[in-house]
Order: sequence, then C-alpha cells, then structure tokens
Amino acid sequence: MMSKHAIANRTVLIVALIFFALPASAQGPRGEEKEPLVFQSEQQEARFKDLTLELRCLVCQNQNLADSDAPLAQQLRGEIFDMLQDGKTDREITGFMVDRYGDFVLYSPPVQGNTLALWAMPIVLLLIGAIGVFFTVRNRSRKLAAVRQKENT
Amino acid sequence: MIGRFLPVIIFVALGLLLAAGLRIADHKSEIPSPLIGKPLPPFELPVLGQPERVLTNEDLVGQPFLLNVWASWCPTCRIEHPFIADLAESGELRVIGFNYKDELNDAQAWLARFGDPYDITLQDYSGRYAIDLGVYAAPESFLVDADGTIIFKQIGAVTPEIIEQEILPRIRK
Repeated sequence: MMSKHAIANRTVLIVALIFFALPASAQGPRGEEKEPLVFQSEQQEARFKDLTLELRCLVCQNQNLADSDAPLAQQLRGEIFDMLQDGKTDREITGFMVDRYGDFVLYSPPVQGNTLALWAMPIVLLLIGAIGVFFTVRNRSRKLAAVRQKENT
Repeated sequence: MIGRFLPVIIFVALGLLLAAGLRIADHKSEIPSPLIGKPLPPFELPVLGQPERVLTNEDLVGQPFLLNVWASWCPTCRIEHPFIADLAESGELRVIGFNYKDELNDAQAWLARFGDPYDITLQDYSGRYAIDLGVYAAPESFLVDADGTIIFKQIGAVTPEIIEQEILPRIRK
C-alpha cells in the first residue's frame, strides 16, 4: 500500500513529467518563410500533395515531406513547388530527389537487388503462415479421425 | 519431427534478425550518398565574408580537398572542429569550409572563437547548393579528388579514426 504522502509525491512527479514532455526539437537552422503556396490548378495541387506524401523527410526520417516541419523539408517542398511551376513531370521531380538523396527518399523504393528482401518478405511470410496453417489443420483432422475411429470400435 | 525443432529454428532466426538490427542501428540514420563517384555538382558560391568573391568548381579542382559542411548552430560541428583543424594543419589535405544556412555574424564569431582552419570557406546562405550535394544535416564532409569527383562522404562528426582509416588512405594511393 502506498501512503497518502507517496501518492501526492507521485502525482507531482507525473504532472511535472507531462509539463516537461515538450517535443524534442532537432538541432537545425532557422526555418524558411512560411508563405501559402498558390497553385495554378487543382490538378497541380493534387500532384504536389501526392509527391510530398511519397517522399521522405531526410531530417525526421519517419515522416514524409508533407508532414514534416523541419527546415529542410520546408525548403524541399518549395523546390518541388517550383519544379511543378516549371512544368516538370512527377518522374523528373522524384528523379531530382533520388539523384541527391538516393532511393531512400522514396517511400516505395524500386524493386531491385538490394530491395528484393523488402518486397519479397510479405509474400514469404504469407507462405510460411499458409504452410503452418496447412500442417496444423491436417494434424488436427487426423487426430479427430483417430478419436472417432476409437469411439466407433 | 520438425515440430520439435521448430521453436529452436524460429528462436535462432529471430536472434539473427535482431543481431543484424543491432549492427545497423547505430548507422540507420546515415543515408548512403548517390553522389559517390560522381563529379561535385556545379556551384557558384561566395566566399564567407567576401560576397564579391564568387567561386565555381574550376577554382577548386587540381588537388584533392575535404569539403566540410558546418554551421554555428550545429553542436556536433564544434566536436569535430579540433580534428578538422589538426587535419588542415598536417598539410596532408586541403580543407575547404562550407558554411551552411548560417548568419554571417554567427559564422564569423564561431570561427573567431574556435579557430579558422579552412583554406577557404564557401557560404551557402540559402542552403540551395547543399540540396544539390544531398546535405540533410550538419556536419557532413565530402572528400573530393583532384579531378573534382566525390570519392567519400562522412555523415556526422569527422573523428581521428575516420581521418586515418577513411580519408587519408583514399588520397595517399
């Protein structure tokens, strides 16, 4: 049992922890000016959204460019916006990113030698599971058959 | 029969997977640069503090150099700075500074305080050229050979081990 005193202490600690649980801001340079992007068309805006969702932020590597607030992500969004204005195709824009940061920036990397394991793994795991289910079901039905045979004799 | 060994097999496989994960865990944020083996992207940048003096690739080719990306807002740059200074002082390799997204006053104060080992420091105020270089954090360092080809990239602090094992052997051969 905890004394009243201990509970009070604990409450203070929890409240303090909540207060200090501020987002850990990554070290980085000053942010870019935030100006609303004005697109030429809805279609262009949709392409911008798709591209920034598919490209990874290099600073916060588990975020995409659309979600990240890192200065580099802001700047790269600006670059993508400029390329769209210049009439570049989606392929040219993702190519621009891959040339600089490698396949890692793509959330769906191309199927090639070093990504084969990544792409094949779901199928392999599914097969292993299917084999497991097959043997379990077969064993059970055999046991069931054996028990029924005993009951019948 | 196989059922008896299955848990052992799964255990060993899982163990191997986790061991592999541990091995890459320290380096998983380091993204291999696609620029290795490629020429240094064309640039046109002013020298820090001398906006009228603009340099391009031609000004740097002819001998190998280390392009060290740093900024006054970058704590890790301060950690590697003495090693960069030692390397520059040894005279074995030309060291070029690359001031990344920094205010001029802050950058100059930083150099005044911690020393300026750089042959020249280029200023990339907007960080636009750094995108061409694939820079995503500081510090980063690019080893460029005499032809202007990037032959090695260090992401994070340069250490004496990195200098001895990765940088100098590549230019001594």
